[in-house]
Amino acid sequence: MRIKNELEQRILVIDGAMGTMIQRHKLEEADYRGEQFKNWHTDVKGNNDMLCITQPDIIVGIHKQYLAAGADIIETNTFSSTTIAMADYDMQAYAYALNVAAATCARRAVEEFTAENKDCGPKFVAGAIGPLNKTLSLSPDVNNPGFRAVTFDEVVVSYKEQIKGMVDGGVDLLLIETIFDTLNAKAAIFAVKEFFRENNIPELPIMISGTITDASGRTLSGQTLEAFYTSIKHAEPLSVGLNCALGAAEMRSHIEELSQIASCYTSAYPNAGLPNAMGEYDEAPHQTAHFIEEWARQGFVNIVGGCCGTTPDHIKHIADHVRKMAPRKKPTVATSIA
Amino acid sequence: MSSTITIQPYLRLAGLEPLIIRPETNFVNVGERTNVTGSKKFARLIRENKYEEALSVARQQVESGAQVLDVNMDDALLDGVEAMTTFLNLVQSEPDIARIPIMIDSSKFEIIEAGLKCVQGKCIVNSISMKEGEEKFIEQAFKCKAYGAAVIVMAFDEIGQADTKERKIEICQRAYNILTTKVGFPPEDIIFDPNIFAVATGIEEHNNYAVDFIEATREIKKRMPLTKVSGGVSNVSFSFRGNDHVREAIHSVFLFHAIKAGMGMGIVNAGQLVVYDEIEPTLRALCEDVLLNKNNDNNEATEKLIIHAETVKAKGKVEIKDEAWRNEPVEKRLSHALINGITEYIEADTEEARQKYPQPLDVIEGPLMDGMNIVGDLFGAGKMFLPQVVKSARVMKKSVAVLTPFIEAEKEERKQAHLAAGTTNTEAAGAAKILLATVKGDVHDIGKNIVGVVLGCNGYDIIDLGVMVPTDKILEAAQKENVDIIGLSGLITPSLDEMVHIAKEMKRRGMKQPLLIGGATTSKIHTAVKIAPEYQDVIHVLDASRSVTVAGSLLSKDQQAGFLSDTQSDYAQLKYQFDNKKPTKEYLAYQDALNNKMAINWDAYQPVTPSYTGTKLYKNVDLAILREFIDWKPFFITWEMHGNFPAILTDEVVGKEASKLYADANALLDTIITEEWLTADGTIGFWPASSEADDVTVVADKRVKLSFLRQQIKKAPGQPNFSLADFIAPASSNKEDFMGAFAVTIKGIEPHIQAFEAQHDDYNKIMLQALADRLAEAFAEYLHLQTRKTDWGYAVSEQLDNAALIGEKYVGIRPAPGYPACPDHTEKYKLFELLNVKDAIGIELTENLAMYPASSVCGWYFANPQSTYYGLGKIMQDQLKDYATRKNMPLEEAERWLRPVLE
Repeated sequence: MRIKNELEQRILVIDGAMGTMIQRHKLEEADYRGEQFKNWHTDVKGNNDMLCITQPDIIVGIHKQYLAAGADIIETNTFSSTTIAMADYDMQAYAYALNVAAATCARRAVEEFTAENKDCGPKFVAGAIGPLNKTLSLSPDVNNPGFRAVTFDEVVVSYKEQIKGMVDGGVDLLLIETIFDTLNAKAAIFAVKEFFRENNIPELPIMISGTITDASGRTLSGQTLEAFYTSIKHAEPLSVGLNCALGAAEMRSHIEELSQIASCYTSAYPNAGLPNAMGEYDEAPHQTAHFIEEWARQGFVNIVGGCCGTTPDHIKHIADHVRKMAPRKKPTVATSIA
Repeated sequence: MSSTITIQPYLRLAGLEPLIIRPETNFVNVGERTNVTGSKKFARLIRENKYEEALSVARQQVESGAQVLDVNMDDALLDGVEAMTTFLNLVQSEPDIARIPIMIDSSKFEIIEAGLKCVQGKCIVNSISMKEGEEKFIEQAFKCKAYGAAVIVMAFDEIGQADTKERKIEICQRAYNILTTKVGFPPEDIIFDPNIFAVATGIEEHNNYAVDFIEATREIKKRMPLTKVSGGVSNVSFSFRGNDHVREAIHSVFLFHAIKAGMGMGIVNAGQLVVYDEIEPTLRALCEDVLLNKNNDNNEATEKLIIHAETVKAKGKVEIKDEAWRNEPVEKRLSHALINGITEYIEADTEEARQKYPQPLDVIEGPLMDGMNIVGDLFGAGKMFLPQVVKSARVMKKSVAVLTPFIEAEKEERKQAHLAAGTTNTEAAGAAKILLATVKGDVHDIGKNIVGVVLGCNGYDIIDLGVMVPTDKILEAAQKENVDIIGLSGLITPSLDEMVHIAKEMKRRGMKQPLLIGGATTSKIHTAVKIAPEYQDVIHVLDASRSVTVAGSLLSKDQQAGFLSDTQSDYAQLKYQFDNKKPTKEYLAYQDALNNKMAINWDAYQPVTPSYTGTKLYKNVDLAILREFIDWKPFFITWEMHGNFPAILTDEVVGKEASKLYADANALLDTIITEEWLTADGTIGFWPASSEADDVTVVADKRVKLSFLRQQIKKAPGQPNFSLADFIAPASSNKEDFMGAFAVTIKGIEPHIQAFEAQHDDYNKIMLQALADRLAEAFAEYLHLQTRKTDWGYAVSEQLDNAALIGEKYVGIRPAPGYPACPDHTEKYKLFELLNVKDAIGIELTENLAMYPASSVCGWYFANPQSTYYGLGKIMQDQLKDYATRKNMPLEEAERWLRPVLE
């Protein structure tokens, strides 16, 4: 597999924030609606994923900016493209189409960019599978801790449809990311396994990225990092890592721990620091890159990039800093007890 | 610098935390009591839908050392899928249980799958087997792998369950080959259960069953070293059911040999294992013969054990906790009991210490104070939480209660000796004395009680005068007892003025004691601006935890002067800033504010006529119903735990204690409800009403005019200046509108408070008070719902859950006189008159208009969909004058009641 060859050679760079870049276009309700959803019955401003259908040129443009900055992996704009998350806009019926459109945008960006930059090396499209707005381990009803707003089976069905759209649209990898409830991620893994087994096609590599929500070092659903890794290891992922919630400074000890316990490759794409009082991210590109360079030097990481608040400028700095560095060596997995 | 790491093929499981089973890991205990087939109690709880209690069974398993929790819902009378789902979802909300991995145990794969869908961690499936053939086995194994679980494979094939050593090994080997080659199952995730069968059944073929298991285990571990061997241990002693003493001995002996052979985990009752070496030698030898099938021709060993078993008296079931601390010296035991809040042995330990020390007082000043100092330090450092400290205090009080009679007797002896010798008694004064009281007119004392407990824990002598204490009584007691500090508490706004009055009185009497101010409405700024000018040695104390450091500083000779002068200059600064604050807020003239009222289009509004007018009683409402309406967040705030519910239960810092507190609260609630400790009585009423300016006339038996206040702060353009009167149709609109009122109370708390006091149990006393308050609020919420949906019926189709109710998502409002929208407490008189509250449900009003019983709530009902909660803010003199005139109240009196809202 091509990506495994690349990962043996060097540290790969994944792209930065999509939302931050979309904000720069200052889009209005009408821009979101475009032609296809001109008469849609709910407000849709803020539904960034639908821009893959209504404003594909903007999305392709952002992908290309990240590729130009040095990203090797770009994520499809599909964080909320599931029947469950799209219910906020009553667009459940478009979940499949959104994923196909998003994968198509990313593919088009890679093709155009590769055509314009012949020596840029291989570029990969990762289908981004977000955490959903409903959780399987936590009750939304304070007085009924046993209640769940959604079932495991419903989540599996929803993710499966997303995965089908991504695969049909031509992604190279699947990235289950920003996991704050491990059970949601386990449902996504279950959906991936079932999808490929049922359709009898070879499984695409799975990347898994969890989110440590605060200084406690635990996921939102309460697991320690090692418990989280133990609970998703059966996915036999290409990589496991961390993203979102924390800036690089706060993420360091966790990515260090993960690099010690993970038998697969590791990834890390932190936010641009912690949000300031106004809710904005203000860590400068060279600052973020400085942290990540140190991780690379310590041999903690195989894939690095940025999450909320990061921009092509951050990615460029990161890519420049890690380009010459050796990737983390995967641990040896013993097959007998010493 | 990345040196290559090696990852070992260990069985790795996870709950909220990982469990890695390494070669050096001791035997892994799987808790077995959450199994309906093995525990009658658990089965009954699940059948009766008592899931909360069922959770406590799980918690007890974790506490007594289970590392994995086996959950089994296989009962013909249960819907296993539903029971498994419900229970595991609840377990996931209990971090102290969910910490450990779950073993999902069922003979039905659909129940196993339902369980796997609820647990985020890595589970063990118990079990799958080849009894229905290879194909099904493979399919189930694939599913377990996709869910990310380890599996127990039972030695069971198409022919049946393996009994001999050879069959056990053969089936396990075959299953292993299929799993690792056809399914791609990691070998370290495979656990074999080669079947533990009962021995000593009297049937000779059974005599070798334990040996078969042990020897098969040895061979399996040799051939497939990455796998684990497990089993249900209690099966082996099944013949001795009813004789727990012998059964426990058999289990220990069996495990001793099986573990040596390689059995790495097992389902056992961790709390009921005896130590192999401590089994009485005769019994141990007999067990060994039976299990290892030695000296057992013609069932000889079996017979001997049966005969011996009858001579051994069963010990009965005793919960075995970690009791190692019981072997420590008495000082250590006392401090352990204090820190951990254990009352069980405190009386005996105190007595032992009393005999050891020369004087009973030495026990208090020595080991008890040492222990409490540790508690104080841990509390100060945030390592203990308030509920734990209160439990510590309970232990302290019980211990002191043992010593008191001896101390008194000694005092008396010395007094007599002095009298006889004609000398003067020069005994040094004891601990510093702190007087606490809730001021006149106020009945709220939960916060004051907490402060008392916390200070008491820190060695101060607390004199608690209770609630509604008049100034004279407080100051006389302070002088008579020669207290070192006076602490005042209050919750309602008139209490602020009462405190100012007490401060004035203290100055007049020339008192010197520092004065502490605390309670929900008090503030540093109020203390600095209003109380400090009257009495300079006054300190506002934000919460109970600060009271310790404040009292410490005040009573330290070295620190007192500096602390007081620092506080005084701090307060002087605050007052200066306050006095010189440029008015940043602009106010409208009252008439202009009135003109900017909320403009409701009455022509377009048709008021809903209530299903009746007049009043209706709700007597003795079922507390179990009210319980569902409790808003828990304020409950935790009472205990100084701030955070949202239920998030606080899983909070990294306080979560564990918050969960315990929540469990204790629910346990007490259960008792309150089943033993009918408290009575919930309420009354509501609806009447035709019309507004005119800021007055609302209510037409009951007679006409009652209510007077409301209007916001006077200058609002942004387009924003109205609210008055509650705006929400009632004006007489000029020609619409018949209505208004309602309610009052609720929770009665019957006193005897139980007294009982807890008699037991020195402040923890439960405060708990009971806090719960009564919550129930009163819940009652108000419940009646409001009844009002909206039926009694008034203006929102018949409303569908809101409790979170939405707490979030005030309903239509209409229920503001309470004395609170932000209508801060004048005196309007309560009218409410009480309209509803005939005192005679109907027995709430009394104090002179400062607090309600007694303290757990009472009253308020107005407004149904208009545009009605909204708001805060009045400050008002100006012009409105005050108009208001006094409207109410026919002397200006000075109106000013006194409204002082907190006057600009």
